[in-house]
Amino acid sequence: MALDNKTDFKYIGTRPERPDGLDKVTGKARYGADAYAPGMLHGAVVRSPHAHARIVRIDASKALALDGVKAVVTRADFAQDLEGEDWNLLENTIAGEKVLYDGHAVAGVAATSALIAKDAAKLVDVEYEVLPHVTDVDAAMAEGAPVLRDGAADHSVPDGLHPNVVRYTEFGRGDVEAGFAAADLVIERSFKTEAVHQGYIEPHACLAQLGTDGKGELWCCTQGHWFVRRMCAALLGLEATQLRVTASEIGGGFGGKTTVFIDPIALALSRKSGKPVKLVMSRSEVLKASGPTASASMDVKMGMTKDGKLTAATGTFRMQGGAFPGAPMDMTTMLAFSCYELDNVHHEGFDVMTNRPKQAAYRAPGAPMGAFAVESVFDELCEGLGLDPIDARLKNAVKEGTRSSFGPKYKAVGLIETLEAAKAHPHYSAPLAENTGRGIASGYWMNWGGETSVSLAIGEDGTVQVGVGTPDIGGSRASMALMAAETIGIPYENVRVNVVDTAALGVNEPTHGSRATYASGLATIEAAREAIGKLCQRAADKWGIDVDAVEWKDGAAHPSGPNAGDFEPLSIAEIAGEMGSTGGPITGHHDASPTGFGGSFGTHIVDVHVDPETGRSTVTRYTVIQDAGKAIHPDYVEGQFQGGAAQGIGWALNEEYIYGEDGRLQNDVFLDYRIPVASDLPMIDTVIVEVPNPGHPYGVRGVGETGITPPLPAIACAVSHATGHRMTRLPMSPPRVLRAIQGKGVS
Amino acid sequence: MVAVNLWSGLRRFTDGAEVVEVEASTVGEVLQELVKAHPGLDPVIKAGVSVAVDDEIVQRALHHPVRPDSEVFILQQFRGG
Repeated sequence: MALDNKTDFKYIGTRPERPDGLDKVTGKARYGADAYAPGMLHGAVVRSPHAHARIVRIDASKALALDGVKAVVTRADFAQDLEGEDWNLLENTIAGEKVLYDGHAVAGVAATSALIAKDAAKLVDVEYEVLPHVTDVDAAMAEGAPVLRDGAADHSVPDGLHPNVVRYTEFGRGDVEAGFAAADLVIERSFKTEAVHQGYIEPHACLAQLGTDGKGELWCCTQGHWFVRRMCAALLGLEATQLRVTASEIGGGFGGKTTVFIDPIALALSRKSGKPVKLVMSRSEVLKASGPTASASMDVKMGMTKDGKLTAATGTFRMQGGAFPGAPMDMTTMLAFSCYELDNVHHEGFDVMTNRPKQAAYRAPGAPMGAFAVESVFDELCEGLGLDPIDARLKNAVKEGTRSSFGPKYKAVGLIETLEAAKAHPHYSAPLAENTGRGIASGYWMNWGGETSVSLAIGEDGTVQVGVGTPDIGGSRASMALMAAETIGIPYENVRVNVVDTAALGVNEPTHGSRATYASGLATIEAAREAIGKLCQRAADKWGIDVDAVEWKDGAAHPSGPNAGDFEPLSIAEIAGEMGSTGGPITGHHDASPTGFGGSFGTHIVDVHVDPETGRSTVTRYTVIQDAGKAIHPDYVEGQFQGGAAQGIGWALNEEYIYGEDGRLQNDVFLDYRIPVASDLPMIDTVIVEVPNPGHPYGVRGVGETGITPPLPAIACAVSHATGHRMTRLPMSPPRVLRAIQGKGVS
Repeated sequence: MVAVNLWSGLRRFTDGAEVVEVEASTVGEVLQELVKAHPGLDPVIKAGVSVAVDDEIVQRALHHPVRPDSEVFILQQFRGG
């Protein structure tokens, strides 16, 4: 869908209050754990205490003998003949022959209270035969590493690699050796990042009801309830449309709620007990078993001439995504060099299984790790050649028509505009305090379209309701309302947007891939335009003229010119007030898988103070500059920018999954798993750049994910400049930075 | 004929070719003809790919038109968070 030439927006670009705000700040909003049903049971999950073990026997007799226990489910209570990703999903939901990581679910229990369910879970006797384990990506690829599952590798893996390597990619173009030979400086570095969790505030929670007739209802916190429906139907052997899934309000997802963990177990418990079952994860369960992001081990080599032109680049990216295929090495490889024009470039990627939980998507999955390595080397090249890092980026930055490192050419994109805005920002030229370094980095996320279905209905008073299928995580209901209001020409307050259940619309992909404001917004605009067509028809019928002679503007039908006739405009309320007697309800609907999603580039500037005595890093100033295409509701665009930076700061400085020698997770509570809180952060400044996306009527680009891509390298460069030691391993925790300062390395 | 650009890792399924020419007028036909010419690509296509036609990532839009002079890339499947 092409970009309109509309530039005089009345509602878009304003900052009205979000429709769900009052309910959320007064505690009325209903989240996953806020659902209740008559006769409801409570569930608990039995989890593995081992990183890798064969299940010899499960004896639930003691648990079932406990007063109040109504059902126990194991793998035998789920579909039996699954293949491919459905099998992986089921195997992760509830173990079959082996447990594959600390916290892997083995059985589910339902009882009349949560306490009884937890006690009963402890009474389920599981006999294990403990097996050797591996949790590090490099160790898992090495000769002699324990094999998680023979035959898991797909067609992409060449012969000769360890069986834990389950997917492989390789692509590029040009002559990288000739490119390196033409460079004045070539730098090659190895990098490592640790797995981190999305850190959403709301743990996974659901209320499930499933009859033996295969009809069910599921209430859950999710980014995508159609995905949940499809996955649960597959894992339980149901027909998809017999399961109605309703998405609760959601306390954060960041990609981690695009899959299922406990929902199928709750449904199986309900089917077995004949009662509704509520299941809520503890924080420890969330961290152990709900899918963090991948960790990475990477080698990047880049060459640059003395005037700042890149001549060649290569990257090898080894990613572990837990005990199943799916580490996002494809996105890491495709996006690692996406900021730069390169004639000679080569990528290699490995997806490796380890004894860790199945990774889940996390905001721009795979991109931050690659950016960390590439932008760090770029910074070091600039340092070595005495170049300004923004000027050097401008010399290599991609623009419309540049061939991307992964193949196609870019359409209109805004990297250069973000770099120019960064250079002009007062932050870039502000003096630095002692022991403080400044880092610059750029990043990209290509965004997504996806299956989308939206319905819009005119009320009898001329107000409008919109039904969308993308759960509202970051204010998307307000954005949809603004786009509907703008299109129809009625006040924002006259539009109510509802996230409806799976029985109300066609399939909608989740709120993921930075797609909701783009795709649901585009469908909302088209649904509104369809309704406008019907409103105009009603006016034409009333006036006795052709509909082509009716024009819609400012929320009313007007004769389109003097030749159309002399009629007083008919407002939406006037037309809607009579619709029962002029042809019935007036609605609009739009289904699409739009492909005009435009990617978003961002550039971050950060100052970090490093205490030379302790190695503690403090972010003292942070500025995010990013292309939004068109900011529908600037508050929420800025919020996404700030949120991405905040999560990136945590990933860069503190967060990591720490496994012991026994393969068990050592830091499974927020006291030990250190995400940044408000007192750790400065006010994060934002600059919205608007290079309209030609694939959206109002120019929208998704903005949710790009913001987490530049922070890792920007902060690493700042710490490197503050300490004089190049930081190549995350997180840059105080002990690691102190070791670097003391000349003892960064590992 | 439409020239279809594959990622290098697929060369071992296409007798070393990184660009394969097929007779096709839609994305669906491109994928179908690729498998017909090089059956080793079948599991790759089935596992999921993204397709770019004339610089637009059209994902799995099988009906999307392709012209003889279109620039077509088969890319690894996109995933978002």
